[in-house]
Amino acid sequence: MSENAVLIVLFAIIGGALRVSTPFMFVALGECLTEKSGRVNLGLEGTLVLGAMSAYAVSYHSGSPWLGVFAAGCAGSVLGGMHGYICKLPKVNDIAIGIAMMLFGTGVAFFFGKAYIQPSAPRLGSFSLGAWTGSAQLTTALQVNPLLLVGVAVALLMAWAFANTKWGLIVRMTGDSAPAARAMGVSVDLVRFLATTLGGFLAGVGGAFLSLYYPGSWNQGLSSGQGLMAVALVIFARWSPMRCVIAALLFGAAGAIGPALQSVGITQGYYFFNAAPYILTLAIMIASAGSKRAMRDVPGELSITK
Amino acid sequence: MADIAEPLRASSLAGGASDLSIRLRRGAEYVAIPLFALATSAVLFALFLLALGKSPLEFFELVYRGGFGTAFSIQNTLQRSAPLILTALAVAVPARIGLVMIGGEGALVMGGFAAAALAIPLVTGKAPVMLTLALMGVTGAFVGAVWVGIVGYLRHARGVNETISSLLLTYIGIAIMNFFVEGSLRDLTNPNKPSTMPLGEAYMVGKLPGTDVHWGLAAGIILAILLSVLLSRTTFGFAVRVAGGNPRAALAQGLPVGKLIVICCMIAGACAGLAGFFEVAAIQGRANASLVAGYGFTGILISFLARHNPLAIIPVAIMFGGIVASGGLIQRRMDLPDATVLVLQGLTFVVLLVSETLYGRFKIFQAGGTVERT
Repeated sequence: MSENAVLIVLFAIIGGALRVSTPFMFVALGECLTEKSGRVNLGLEGTLVLGAMSAYAVSYHSGSPWLGVFAAGCAGSVLGGMHGYICKLPKVNDIAIGIAMMLFGTGVAFFFGKAYIQPSAPRLGSFSLGAWTGSAQLTTALQVNPLLLVGVAVALLMAWAFANTKWGLIVRMTGDSAPAARAMGVSVDLVRFLATTLGGFLAGVGGAFLSLYYPGSWNQGLSSGQGLMAVALVIFARWSPMRCVIAALLFGAAGAIGPALQSVGITQGYYFFNAAPYILTLAIMIASAGSKRAMRDVPGELSITK
Repeated sequence: MADIAEPLRASSLAGGASDLSIRLRRGAEYVAIPLFALATSAVLFALFLLALGKSPLEFFELVYRGGFGTAFSIQNTLQRSAPLILTALAVAVPARIGLVMIGGEGALVMGGFAAAALAIPLVTGKAPVMLTLALMGVTGAFVGAVWVGIVGYLRHARGVNETISSLLLTYIGIAIMNFFVEGSLRDLTNPNKPSTMPLGEAYMVGKLPGTDVHWGLAAGIILAILLSVLLSRTTFGFAVRVAGGNPRAALAQGLPVGKLIVICCMIAGACAGLAGFFEVAAIQGRANASLVAGYGFTGILISFLARHNPLAIIPVAIMFGGIVASGGLIQRRMDLPDATVLVLQGLTFVVLLVSETLYGRFKIFQAGGTVERT
């Protein structure tokens, strides 16, 4: 491979990482919030798909992609709220509910989304972080969507709020010890309900990015496991919003390897590179599960790491 | 999954006639609550259809006609129930040891693909039909067993969450199949859909005598009965139930919990891999993307509805086979998208899990209030 090709691949991977990482980031941040409160929502894959569909549909009908983003968040909150409400009932298993919500969300999205496969909706715009360099390659590679910046801002806000605010403390306490939270007069069910609903909102926004920016259309194969990978990614990020952002970028880069190599004509093993993010997720889970550092940071009430 | 230990506790309260009465009442509860959940989701789904301006009566009539109305539709239903029984067993067996394993789809794809790949040299070499099919079946089951066995091993050795890892392996399995089917194993004489070489009529699994249903149904039913005996009548099954109810107590008793977990996962994977083999050798005749038909995911719902009881899986799988089989008819007659069945399944799953909260709330199912459920 010539030096030029290496450069093209590198830029394509960086650009891809910036593009592909955003949905991972939003879902991971949503899941991070939910898990901090002591509950696992495995259904975010369904939330992501439903968010993508709602965003596309609303953007198509209203002509405003940002209204679509908001609608996706609302659709996500409804699914999150359902999860949060059902899980507070006694004897209900949050992991199983997550699987059910995943199937339900996907089913509803496919059902109503059938009508939107053909029409094209207004998409979100983008701007380049690399325009100042004057290099055409960098300008194209560093095209980013405002949602990426919103995601980073949300992560900063979450990290700050967890560490410095009363609400952050309440969420962390609920996640670490429900009895302690109850003793402080905090309603555990309410905190978890709100955390799951808000987490669903974020995951829905991640879905909006999929249908309105990259890949930028609605079809049934839009998300294949990104929502689930993001859930696994939170364990790797050890429940820290900032590490969620870094992990999402890493995953974006892994997902961009296949298309990047294809852009210079290397199609060998395309399907394996497609599988790269899944394999990476699994490898990361194997590496981080049971590690001492993960065990130290895990919210005490979480069922997924037990 | 604390519920899994319940039958154990009920039987430990042994005492002649009262034992039977407790069992009957408990059994009635296990039947009544899922039926109630099914009825509730049917009502909710009917409201959903009404809101869309469609007739729920027509829908349920079409499900009946498309799934169970004629001899042809019953055979079609049974044909589709075969993989569903097997993929539901793939969820039920790990559930008995407390695992929520949802990677049946991946094991089905890998098993079916491995069987189809093995068939290429055997069919070109004109190996005996029975030998070829036997080898394909064993390979499918074995590859599936290894595939889900990985999940069990990771769970045991590294504490990796089995739900997430099994679903990730499903995506990886599909990617592996696509890689070969569109690459080195692609049948170049078929320009339309990337597939492996077709088995050909002579090498296909036959039909059950007098019907249009392939042998996979018999295999599914026999396996369900065998697994039911294994789980409820043997020492192995007892150890699995103990380990599922309380892993720490099981460890303290010296039970090899890790080994049991891996074995349960391998049994599960073998069932799903076998389903893949039958899909290839009895329906499709080749491995291609049609293997990814969602049987693995419907199997999850079936197993939960059957409360992970292998025998109960058979009727529930036949019911869902009927719903799946009537999908095409519903699409054509009512102008509903094919995802309608997905919505119904998702809704049923959610309602079913919500209904879990009802257990122990009705006096009628309790034997004079002596069994206090927690």
